[in-house]
Amino acid sequence: MAFNYDQYLRLEKMPTLWCWGCGDGVVLKSFIRAVNKLGLSQDEICVVSGIGCSGRFSSYLDFNTVHTTHGRTVAFATGIKLANPSKTVVCVAGDGDALAIGGNHTIHGCRRNIDITLIVIQNFIYGLTNSQTSPTTPQGMWTVSQKAGNIDPTFDGCKLAIAAGASFVGRENVTAPKKLEKLFVEAIKHRGFSYVEAMSNCHINFGRKNKMQSAMENLDWIDSITMPKKKYDELSPEEQLNLLPTGILKQDMEVREYCDMYEDIKAVHQGKRGVITQADFKKKI
Amino acid sequence: MSATREIISTGNDLAAIAAVDAGCQFFAGYPITPSSEIMHTISDLLPAAGGTAIQMEDEIGSVAAAIGAGMSGVRTMTATSGPGISLKAENLGLAQMAEVPLVVVNVMRGGPSTGLPTRVSQGDVRQAKNPSHGDYRSITLCAGNLAECYTEVVRAFNLADRFMQPVFVLTDETIGHMHGKADIPTVEAVQAGIVPRKRFEGAPEEYRPYECGPTDAAVLNPMFEGYRYHFTGLHHDAKGFPTEEIETCRKLIQRLEDKVMAHRDEIELNEEFMMDDLTGEEGEVLIIAYGSVSLAAKEAIRHLRKDGIKAGLFRPITLWPSPAETIKKHTDKIKNVLCVELNIRQYTEEVERVSGRLDIEGLYKVNGRAISPYEIVNKVKEVF
Repeated sequence: MAFNYDQYLRLEKMPTLWCWGCGDGVVLKSFIRAVNKLGLSQDEICVVSGIGCSGRFSSYLDFNTVHTTHGRTVAFATGIKLANPSKTVVCVAGDGDALAIGGNHTIHGCRRNIDITLIVIQNFIYGLTNSQTSPTTPQGMWTVSQKAGNIDPTFDGCKLAIAAGASFVGRENVTAPKKLEKLFVEAIKHRGFSYVEAMSNCHINFGRKNKMQSAMENLDWIDSITMPKKKYDELSPEEQLNLLPTGILKQDMEVREYCDMYEDIKAVHQGKRGVITQADFKKKI
Repeated sequence: MSATREIISTGNDLAAIAAVDAGCQFFAGYPITPSSEIMHTISDLLPAAGGTAIQMEDEIGSVAAAIGAGMSGVRTMTATSGPGISLKAENLGLAQMAEVPLVVVNVMRGGPSTGLPTRVSQGDVRQAKNPSHGDYRSITLCAGNLAECYTEVVRAFNLADRFMQPVFVLTDETIGHMHGKADIPTVEAVQAGIVPRKRFEGAPEEYRPYECGPTDAAVLNPMFEGYRYHFTGLHHDAKGFPTEEIETCRKLIQRLEDKVMAHRDEIELNEEFMMDDLTGEEGEVLIIAYGSVSLAAKEAIRHLRKDGIKAGLFRPITLWPSPAETIKKHTDKIKNVLCVELNIRQYTEEVERVSGRLDIEGLYKVNGRAISPYEIVNKVKEVF
């Protein structure tokens, strides 16, 4: 039987503002199925989005939802989560939102390992504002702000998240919605900061001047530059150069979650334990 | 708040203590002189009281986290100084638009830009009126002594929940770092005076958080309790969803203005010092000053009176919205009016506007040093 999304959607907000063939809808549906699979109540979840096409994500979902300022999703979510540590908090941001204007909050959300799932809808462009260069736009591609060709080096958000200390990092394509759903399930289940990149198409604003004018052409290109991690790991560095691995790229179950660690702070100030020292941590520097 | 207790503390510590006593559950900050001690103190007090204090990665993140906590339903605060307010401005606009209660303490230092980090100023008075773009009404309180670093923070929390918006508490480097005795209300008195934000108790399907009378504030229930709605900085409808519908947009912004301006009597608070015997006779002097400057002004008035000059102080404690009618009443009566500020004419211009007079005298100091009583005495003798 086909999955019925109605319960989770604000049906009166349909159709979405997204363009025909946009991958954001696939991300939305995969997320809903993941929430359903986890058996989470709509009242127990808060979805926080920023600015851009992805910013509208929250308004379509019948959860507690917040549409914030550009780049600040993780910071708002940090306040929501710390004030409500038992609830599920999910951020949705675009590549510009999460990695350019909001880069600092992304780094520090990862570093704190606070139990937030950050879904980055990665479409290589600022779509909503008409195709300006984003941190993930490949070099040599056309953008409206670099019509001579983009010279800005491109950026791998997953590598950043791994380096910054996120305890769960993954990537999937919208061409594989079942895998995306599974990745969301694992990311939300994971206690700690989960950085998940959903590779999506923007044939309207990214594809049109880069020889990918249809959704399918754009999606085929995404498929051509991605590869499951297991296969990717077998390649030489040279062969890996223009490919991005998909699947779960990192999962660290050992590292403690921030809200849990904050309970220690409370315990210290409530006289229930001595002060926290370096002896409490395996990794000291 | 009748019962009081005596405490020896600093302005910054009193602001932190006040927040916790007023039921604040969340604080997010970022190091900045001269306000950092608020974060230092509250990061001990809040976890002891079961709350949370976090030092965020930047000023923008700290106000965002504080607003996020406020959206979820708890009392929340951030503290900073002028440069921090500049950075927080955009998100303060979101809190105005989405009607999220929040207390923002600004311990003022010299500006613009990095200015004089360790020196006193009142240079952020105009900024506090409109830190973010767009139309809304700021509520800004200004502590004039140690005790008010406590009482105004308490009042700010109650006003934030009453009007569902950020409330500024301005202090300054002088008062923030001043150490001394303060008579403040007991915790019991503060707790008895807490008026929590309104809640909608009906069926979730009938809940319309932003559907309210033209001068009412939104009724935002806490998250995770079955009342699912939407926060956005976009113009929004009764349920919080983005809209461009002409009348809805107009009504929303008009309401942000009117919910404050129609209820100014609930917000206005002034001190009138030695003004009882000012009758409007020739030679009387009205000094208008606020914040730490008022301490020097009071001392100056004692000296002036010894010298036979009948002077009094009008001190607005709520700076924005300004006590327009009250100021006009006094400036209509008393001819010689002197505004004293640690900035250049930032509040004088408001006094000129509400009094309809362009002959208001001013004493302004912008070198990072406090104004002494004698400077005020000399100025009065010079201009009147």
